[in-house]
Amino acid sequence: MYNPTVARLTYRAVLGRRRAAILFILPALLLVMAVAVRSFNGADDQIAASLLGGFGIAAMVPLIGVIAGTGAIGPEIDDGSIVYLLSKPLKRSSIIFTKLIVAIAVTMAFSAIPMLIAGFVLNGNGQQIAIAYTVAALVASIAYSAVFLLLGTVSRNAVVIGLIYAIVWESVFGSLVEGARTLSVQQWALALAEDIAGEGLVGSDVGLPLAIVLLASVTTLATWYAGRKLRVLKLAGEE
Amino acid sequence: MSTHTPGPAPETTRIHNIGYRNYEGRRLGRAYVRRSLYSQSLRGAYGLGRSAKSKVLPMILFALMCVPAAIVVAVAVATKAKGLPLEYTSYAIFTQPIIGLYLASQAPQSVSRDLRFKTVPLYFSRPIERSDYVLAKFAAMASALFILTGIPLVILFAGSLLAKMDFSDQAAGFGQGLVSVALMSVLFGGIALVLAALTPRRGFGVAAIIATLTITSVAVTVIQEIARATDALDVIEWFGLFSPTTLIDGVQTAFLGAVSGFPGGQGPGTGVGVIYLLTVLALIAGSYAVLMRRYRKAGL
Repeated sequence: MYNPTVARLTYRAVLGRRRAAILFILPALLLVMAVAVRSFNGADDQIAASLLGGFGIAAMVPLIGVIAGTGAIGPEIDDGSIVYLLSKPLKRSSIIFTKLIVAIAVTMAFSAIPMLIAGFVLNGNGQQIAIAYTVAALVASIAYSAVFLLLGTVSRNAVVIGLIYAIVWESVFGSLVEGARTLSVQQWALALAEDIAGEGLVGSDVGLPLAIVLLASVTTLATWYAGRKLRVLKLAGEE
Repeated sequence: MSTHTPGPAPETTRIHNIGYRNYEGRRLGRAYVRRSLYSQSLRGAYGLGRSAKSKVLPMILFALMCVPAAIVVAVAVATKAKGLPLEYTSYAIFTQPIIGLYLASQAPQSVSRDLRFKTVPLYFSRPIERSDYVLAKFAAMASALFILTGIPLVILFAGSLLAKMDFSDQAAGFGQGLVSVALMSVLFGGIALVLAALTPRRGFGVAAIIATLTITSVAVTVIQEIARATDALDVIEWFGLFSPTTLIDGVQTAFLGAVSGFPGGQGPGTGVGVIYLLTVLALIAGSYAVLMRRYRKAGL
């Protein structure tokens, strides 16, 4: 299933030149904020949780997921060079699987590692907060990568659609409509964090078993459908 | 083809006049090109004159901007309220995520495609200067944004008059709101165009614009909240300088009688407000300068 050559090419596409810059800026921003807050304020569990949750999980992880997930396949479809890959004797599903692995690895590296460091900087992993949010980031990385990779194969406006989901659906709708929160990757990931962290520091609207089932099914479904989509891919011109 | 024996050219060779004529009409010139570029870019920002597919997103976002205003007006008229439940100036701050998404989807459409498909040299083969192209694109993006943020204010104003609220109060608020969204349109439009022009690849420019407009404002708000929680109230107004949204918020709090959206309403006073205004103007001038620099080697 996993093809090292495809993986190498995808890594080059995702981390190439300027694209990597934005992947570095966001975690750097989180770390700077963590250091600033710690030096202003000292260690505080509540503030650590609100910074990691409010900025890290709510803004940083989805954005990195969008960039890595759509970046793994979007530009190739966009400039048409995907046909060279598709004409090789490789299964379409294994191309998608490899690209998914790369997207997950990149998202994890750029979201979970800074999250862990920021957590330790903020309060030295008091009440398991750093670990809890890191696990949430790891899990969210998998689901986001799969969903956004699918978006990359479905639409040319994948990044915008992904951002609309991440910003409008999860943040704005999620804060207004109770039910919208059940259908959000962020809440599913937080369900795991809730289980790990100390009492009352992390809140999620979804129960843990339901969250795990939803995470697993969304990831598999998205990957399967992306593979199907790649089999019938039509290269359209610029609109 | 048979080989000719070299010799003197036959004397029958001659150039015929087959009736091509020179153009002797009026040349439309720079101003016309600039105007066309402006109007085409402005129409393009709403998908007009482009495929049906590319109309969907800007129109949806435009509708999303107007719907809350319409709801507010409907509620105000139905309950016969004395004033609108929200200020004109706070509307754009409240809908900032939608504005960010609109810019992220349309600014790359406006400039990135010309760069990606190397059509910029074709523009410059016409009698225009670099500044014409940059100014036209800049003005078009700012106008598109002004329409996006101004129309909801018009709806609010019209609604407040329908609900027979005090005219002078509402007119003053409406005026302040328009000034604030005009400033916001130029600032945001400039920043978005710079990012889009520097990142011609599809998708990446979108992410860069969102990161700059929305993520910085999230980050600043989180830091301000933390500062408030630790009673460091006087640093709140300084952190506002670090994101475009809070910059506009600060300027309108200081000069346009807005209620600050900063945590605890700790908006800047007039003194710090001047720094806010200067920063905004510097950013606008800076984005124009960067755009001019970007197009110095157009097509590369």
